[in-house]
This record gives sequence, C-alpha cells and structure tokens, in this order.
Amino acid sequence: MSETAALYLAPTKALEDATPARVSIGQIFLEFLTIGTTSFGGVVPYLRGSLVTKRQWIDDEEFVEMLSISQSLPGLNATNMAILVGDKLRGVYGAIAAILGVCLPSAIYMYIVGIYYRIHGDHDWVTAALKGVAAAAVGLILFTVIGLSKKSLNQRFDLVFVALTVVAVNGLHWSVPRTLIAVGLLAILWHRPTKEKLGRATP
Amino acid sequence: MSQIPALVRVFAYLSLLTVGGGMAAFPELKTLTVDVHKWLTFPQLIHLYSVGQMAPGPNMMMIVSIGDWAGGTLGAVAVLIAFFGPTALLAFAVARLWKRLKKWQWRTSIQQGLAPVSIGLLLAGCLSMAKGAIFGVETAAIAAAVLLTLLQCNINPALLVLSGAVLGALSFMPK
Repeated sequence: MSETAALYLAPTKALEDATPARVSIGQIFLEFLTIGTTSFGGVVPYLRGSLVTKRQWIDDEEFVEMLSISQSLPGLNATNMAILVGDKLRGVYGAIAAILGVCLPSAIYMYIVGIYYRIHGDHDWVTAALKGVAAAAVGLILFTVIGLSKKSLNQRFDLVFVALTVVAVNGLHWSVPRTLIAVGLLAILWHRPTKEKLGRATP
Repeated sequence: MSQIPALVRVFAYLSLLTVGGGMAAFPELKTLTVDVHKWLTFPQLIHLYSVGQMAPGPNMMMIVSIGDWAGGTLGAVAVLIAFFGPTALLAFAVARLWKRLKKWQWRTSIQQGLAPVSIGLLLAGCLSMAKGAIFGVETAAIAAAVLLTLLQCNINPALLVLSGAVLGALSFMPK
C-alpha cells in the first residue's frame, strides 16, 4: 500500500490531534505509577518534571492551563491532572490508566499505615512524634496557601474574598458548599467580564 | 459492613468540596467523620492527615485508613472509589467542555473568582486543623520553622514533616 493510500484510510480523528507519537495505555499507567510512587512532598513538581520535561507529552503552556483548570474544579490537583493529561493522550482509557497509576501506590501505603497506626498509635513515642508531624503539616499547608496566593491572586482586593471565606467557614460555621456558592458568586461577579478586561484578555 | 453505605455517602460528598485542594474539605471531614459518625477521634484524624503528608501521591490518601477502620478492606476500597470517582468524572466532563468554552467571556471570570475562594477554603481548613495540632510553644515553633524554611529554601516538604516527627518525639516523649 502506498503512503498516500494509508493516509486516506487513516481515520480523520487521528489526523486532527497531531500528537507526534501515539502513547500507549501501558506507558501512561507506568509513568503515572512512577509519579505516584516517587512524588514525596507534593505531586505537581513531579508531574511537570515527568510529563513536560522528560516525556514531552505536553508543553509547559498546556501544563499551566491544565493546572489552573484542575485548581478551579473539585478534586485533588494530582488526580485532576491525571484525568486531564490521560484524556488528552488517549481519551477515556488514558484517563483511567493515569488516575489508577497515580493513586494506587499511596492508597496501598496509607492502608498499611492505617493498620499500623491503629495497633501502635497509642505508644508514647508514636504519639509524641505525631504531635510534631501534625505541627509541621500546619506549617506546610500555610506555605501552600502563601504560594497559591502569590501565583493565582491578581488583585489585592481578592484578599477580601479570601477573608470572607475564612470568616464564613471558621467564624459563622457555614458549610463548605454554602460558602462556595455565596462567596464564589460574589467573587465571580466582581471579576465579571468588562470591555476593558476583554481587550486585555485577548492576546 | 453496615458502615459502607455511610462511608460512600460521606466521602462522595466530601470529594466535591475539595476545590483548590484536599484541605478545603477538612472542616467538614472533621464534622462528619469525628462528630457525626464517630469513626475516629479528632487527634487521630489530625495524625492520619499529617502522616499522609509524608506519603507520595495525592495528599488525601488518609481517607483509605478511615475506610479501613470503619468498614475493613471493603470499606477502604469503597472510600477510595467514592472519593476519587465523582471528581474524576467531573474533571473529565468539565475539562472537555472548558476547552470548547475558550471564547466564553465568563470563563476567565469564573477562574479568577474561584481562585481567592479556594485559597480561603484551604486557609479555613488549615485553621480547623491548627486548633487541634497547635497547642503550646513547641508545636507553634515547629509549624513556624517549617513555614519559614520552605519560604527561604528549596527543600522537599516531606523531609521537613519527617524532621517534625523527630522534634515531636524529642519534645513530647515522657521523661
């Protein structure tokens, strides 16, 4: 068969998404399994190192775009990114392979840790060490909050919405959905499209 | 066994609250698992969450331990599916829709509006957890030290959480 004939016979779908080389489901699973096993201290930098730098399955711009979608949606960054990247590479099955790969190692790990903690959790030294671990975790979350604020807040006024959210949840004891709807709507309306903004948004 | 429907309900609901990160669901995770269903105590929840920070992968995997405690291995699997299934489907559907809405003017507004709210939810979760985790000079010092170290140098956070374990053991071991 000549090359031209092969080209005509190929489904148009394959021609549309011009990914350089087709990635196999197995490759996707293995790559995300590796990330799921090695990503100590936070998944996002490992995702970037693996998917953008090492494999070049997506470029940096796409990565940032996918990450911002992942952050606006419910779900953890790690799993949302797995779904988005898996879907981009191989559709539904790619997404399933990616999320299974990224979740399995830590699920098994925490299953074992949970059993171990239930048996030994009340030993003096374990309780003592865990008090330190919990305090350190608070510091880590605060760092994440500061990092995200620097990256994704583009107006000083946004801090008002941050404060409103905290007051609603911790002060008024509103449920998360109620807070999300009330403050979220207010913030979306504040950022509503304007002519001036449209001019800036279109590159 | 009888706990499994409750586990599925609670964790499917909680998963939809994790906007911006797992911590956003923490206040409600505490209410539902500790106060309502009494699957574990508040200190146990804080310990499991914190130990989870030393694990690789998605940072809310401690839910598997809760599932196992309340409903055995089947409970662990049920929680895993309930917590990751719905948001996976949502991410899949919305991401495809989102690409088509590239020209929609409100798209940027939604992203810009949700950013401060999701950060607020993370901070609120952090404060709920701090109520149980910070209780004196030592724990406050450990939290502050971790925060300042991360702001100053490029170090793997898991190592700092591990150092927290050592400092905790040194400060709180009964003499």
